[in-house]
Amino acid sequence: MSTISREEVAHLARLARLEVTDDELDAFAGQLDVILQSMKTLAEVDTDGVQPTSHAVPLVNVFREDQPQPSLPRDAVLAGGPDTAEDRFRVPRILDEEA
Amino acid sequence: MTRIIDKTAAELAAAIRDGDLTSVAVTTAFLDRIDAVDGTVKAFLHVDREGALATAAEVDAAVAAGEDLGPLAGVPIAIKDVVVTKGLPTTAASKILEGWIPPYDATIVERIKAARMPILGKTNMDEFAMGSSTEYSAYFPTRNPWDTGRIPGGSGGGSAAAVAAKMAPLAIGTDTGGSIRQPGAVTGTFGAKPTYGGNSRYGLIAFSSSLDTPGPVSRNALDGALLHEVISGYDPRDSTSIDAPVPPVVEAAKAGANGDLTGVKLGVVKEFKEGADAAEPGVVAAYEAGVEQLVKLGAEIVEVSCPSFAYALPTYYLIAPSEASSNLARYDGVRYGLRAGDDGKHSLEEVMSLTREAGFGPEVKRRIILGTYALSAGYVDAFYRKAQKVRTLIRQDFEKAFTQVDAIISPTTPFIAFAFGARTGDPYQMYLADLYTIPANMYGGPGVSVPVGLSEGMPVGLQVMGPVLGDDITYRVAAALESTQDVLLADTAPETEGK
Amino acid sequence: MTKLNTFEQAVETYEPVLGLETHIELDTRTKMFCGCATAFGAEPNTQVCPVCLALPGALPVANRAAIEATIKIGLALNCTIASWTRFARKNYFYPDMPKNFQTSQYEEPLCEDGYVEVVVDGEVHRVEIERVHLEEDTGKTLHVGGTTGRIHGATESLVDYNRAGIPLVEIVTRPVPGTGALAPEVARAYTAELRDIVRSLGVSDVRMEQGSLRCDVNLSLNKPGEEWGTRTETKNVNSLRSVERAVRYEVRRQSALLDAGERIFQETRHFHEATGETSPGRSKEEATDYRYFPEPDLAVMEPSREWVEELRASLPELPRKRRERLQAAWALGDKDMQSVVNADAVDLIEATVAAGAAPAGAVKWWLGELSRRANESGAELTALAIDPAQVAELQAMVDDGRLNDKLARQVIDGVLAGEGSPAEVAQKRGLEVVSDTGALETAVDEAIAANPAVADKIRGGTHAAAGVLIGAVMKATKGQADAGAVRQIILDKLS
Repeated sequence: MSTISREEVAHLARLARLEVTDDELDAFAGQLDVILQSMKTLAEVDTDGVQPTSHAVPLVNVFREDQPQPSLPRDAVLAGGPDTAEDRFRVPRILDEEA
Repeated sequence: MTRIIDKTAAELAAAIRDGDLTSVAVTTAFLDRIDAVDGTVKAFLHVDREGALATAAEVDAAVAAGEDLGPLAGVPIAIKDVVVTKGLPTTAASKILEGWIPPYDATIVERIKAARMPILGKTNMDEFAMGSSTEYSAYFPTRNPWDTGRIPGGSGGGSAAAVAAKMAPLAIGTDTGGSIRQPGAVTGTFGAKPTYGGNSRYGLIAFSSSLDTPGPVSRNALDGALLHEVISGYDPRDSTSIDAPVPPVVEAAKAGANGDLTGVKLGVVKEFKEGADAAEPGVVAAYEAGVEQLVKLGAEIVEVSCPSFAYALPTYYLIAPSEASSNLARYDGVRYGLRAGDDGKHSLEEVMSLTREAGFGPEVKRRIILGTYALSAGYVDAFYRKAQKVRTLIRQDFEKAFTQVDAIISPTTPFIAFAFGARTGDPYQMYLADLYTIPANMYGGPGVSVPVGLSEGMPVGLQVMGPVLGDDITYRVAAALESTQDVLLADTAPETEGK
Repeated sequence: MTKLNTFEQAVETYEPVLGLETHIELDTRTKMFCGCATAFGAEPNTQVCPVCLALPGALPVANRAAIEATIKIGLALNCTIASWTRFARKNYFYPDMPKNFQTSQYEEPLCEDGYVEVVVDGEVHRVEIERVHLEEDTGKTLHVGGTTGRIHGATESLVDYNRAGIPLVEIVTRPVPGTGALAPEVARAYTAELRDIVRSLGVSDVRMEQGSLRCDVNLSLNKPGEEWGTRTETKNVNSLRSVERAVRYEVRRQSALLDAGERIFQETRHFHEATGETSPGRSKEEATDYRYFPEPDLAVMEPSREWVEELRASLPELPRKRRERLQAAWALGDKDMQSVVNADAVDLIEATVAAGAAPAGAVKWWLGELSRRANESGAELTALAIDPAQVAELQAMVDDGRLNDKLARQVIDGVLAGEGSPAEVAQKRGLEVVSDTGALETAVDEAIAANPAVADKIRGGTHAAAGVLIGAVMKATKGQADAGAVRQIILDKLS
């Protein structure tokens, strides 16, 4: 039985903001299914009471003092922008948040 | 007469320091070599002849002025394109960053500049370091100098191929699941993944934050160790950087070169052997011959058990894509890089999706979707969180093993360099290339790959893994193994012809 | 749309359950995860670096001062401070959020399980705090091409990342049932108390009008004895008055829908300052899935008990203690003090007293005339164009006999109109009390001459008749005479 449907892949692609093509959907659904089957072997492992590892090396309380450092020059900030105007990054219209 | 490009980095540094060679001459020799052979190998995405020669000239002036320079001053270096370089294009081999010129340097690049090493250029890789063959570069595949019909490993195929083809004496790689060690193994070069946190990740374009580690690529262990010490050490800009002294890897490499491993306990993992059906017989044979050599040098071989090893690969392919799906969210066409579909009709949301669709290649998209899945509501416990727990078990297995042995050895990768296209159709087959290298990333310790012999005329690597912050033992064992070879394997690579 | 119920109708039938989520921007010198400065009003994109612009490769490092400020807030809100806590990534795409994830906290907030007590109508309401956690703010988006400067109808937007990455503390209450008809006032009082607590800690300027304190108001209704209803979340309610109005509006709106047999949708709504109404946000075609996971780029935090106790010891006098102290110093009864608090006048009165006014005078002006003015114009008391020093000056002029109450009110008109300080207004408008005895004697003489019969009565001992003459003098001096002085002159002359 397949573990992941084409519709699920489409939903994930939307969550990840990927405008995937139909061909890609078909290919990814098949490939991800193979990969996920192998991942399912993890279910065999008894992990009761095991703490998850989120960091390779456990460090605690790593802080920075509240001392200002120089920011980038604005030219450098904006230089990489695909489109800028009025010293800001220009983007196309954003879908309505308000009705 | 040995050509400049045949010399090791240590030899070049000494010659420059002693005034026997100028850095300009050395840098020019490597740049000329790039001109001659990179049309075939295609290891570089960008070459900075002018910048490299300018640094070289400064070094020469400093030498002439009698300044005391660092141990690798004047020795040129190539840098994997996933590492941010101020003023030099940095793309992570992705179309989504095509044309981006960073306004800042990675910490390791700052250190390389402070060490006065000319930067030759940026090397090719699998897009965002996702891959094991460099076939997933959005620009072009890199060829293996040993056989240009085969892959140079990945993701850092460009750095490994550049060193193997003598276009650079040293290179920087990054290793998330084997991206320094596996290309090292299949190109007959030395590659080290240092302890996670021993080297700053600041300015390393993130793939998987809890696994990514930058490290050296070189022709032998001593050169690797010299570069390791240049780039390593605490960085307050990286919260995961360890505030501890850098392990004495240069000293260890020199000690290892004496060829004495008396009293050193080397572990072989029982479950690696049991899973040996994944490895090609030629690889196993070359590896076992290497183990014999280590025994002859006085090492004791001890079998250790890491029962969770079998789960390392699926664990990795859940954790890395999960983190990647979040790390790569920033490529949206708003602040830098590619923007697609901004035709006045599409909304921002649509433009973001079109940009990411146009800018990312298939493997990157596959992993973003996989990671999004593993983190999504309803699956996060079964996949992402489960993988983190299994990661704990893997860590515990290796921690326990290192109470019994000084280092653990294995083949670096199950197979020699394969032909182009052999594994791209089946992502899972590609993932198997990292079978033996993934554990070190999972537990955070150091792992090096050192050339051990040939199979079917192609190089095979032996991996040495150490405990967290035990980088020195890995260099010592690797250098000892090198001492058993009359000629450094890296020096037996076929001469690449220019095209 | 269903017609709204009146608030009174609504709370007769339904019981509101409140919930408040408050975001407070800390005023640390640098951002949460990088060393960029945080000055308000800087030129666009000048307080930006690789970290807060989310350039490839950049990494965060947490600001110790922000952690400490959050712990202080937690302590002041009677919370438990976590002994093990960490950051998490909240993944969603938005153009003013450079990484397209927000570094926030998920299952392990810095502070949990606290409470705040507020007094409304003499009743103590305990608002329980579920959690206090630390996250980062977003950039600012300017919408261009629409008619209103809002997102709706805009053709494009311009993004400034100066604010991106400024530390933001989120304070979430548990649901607050049982407030009944007082729900709007409790919501307001809680927000004001929270603001005062945070201000007293000196960790934020908590200026709602600059967006450094922002409220989301959750509200549901249920009939007595029934389960809690479906809640709506009204976003960006940005003044105390708006908090009250938003609650009031949602109570009226939801009750009307429920009366009509309709159901309430769990949704995000927006508050409109101009109309006092709320409207639904865009309904998303798919439920949001934030895919939280622990932030691998930041180390976990284990605030030591010593550190927490050190911070606890450093807490200043909190508003409740301060109010008790001030109430005693000002000699006010509970009810009067409560009026002062409800009018948000504690700071104003304290400053007025500090500027030299007697407490009774300061209280009288702020709660009386000035509160009335604020109500008339629909503004907060603190937003009136008169400051405590000016009120103290006004009171001093009254105390000196240079102004009477009637003139003082006219002086306030002038100050609010921007004509200057009370002394300047009095001078420009010619509103000083006439205390020049020469001028007054002339006026009294004229009044006596014009009213001989009244003068005779007074001479005959009927002093009460003096009122007629005083009135005449006041009329002649356009109210600027000191009535007491006039009376004395009249009696001197006619006895």
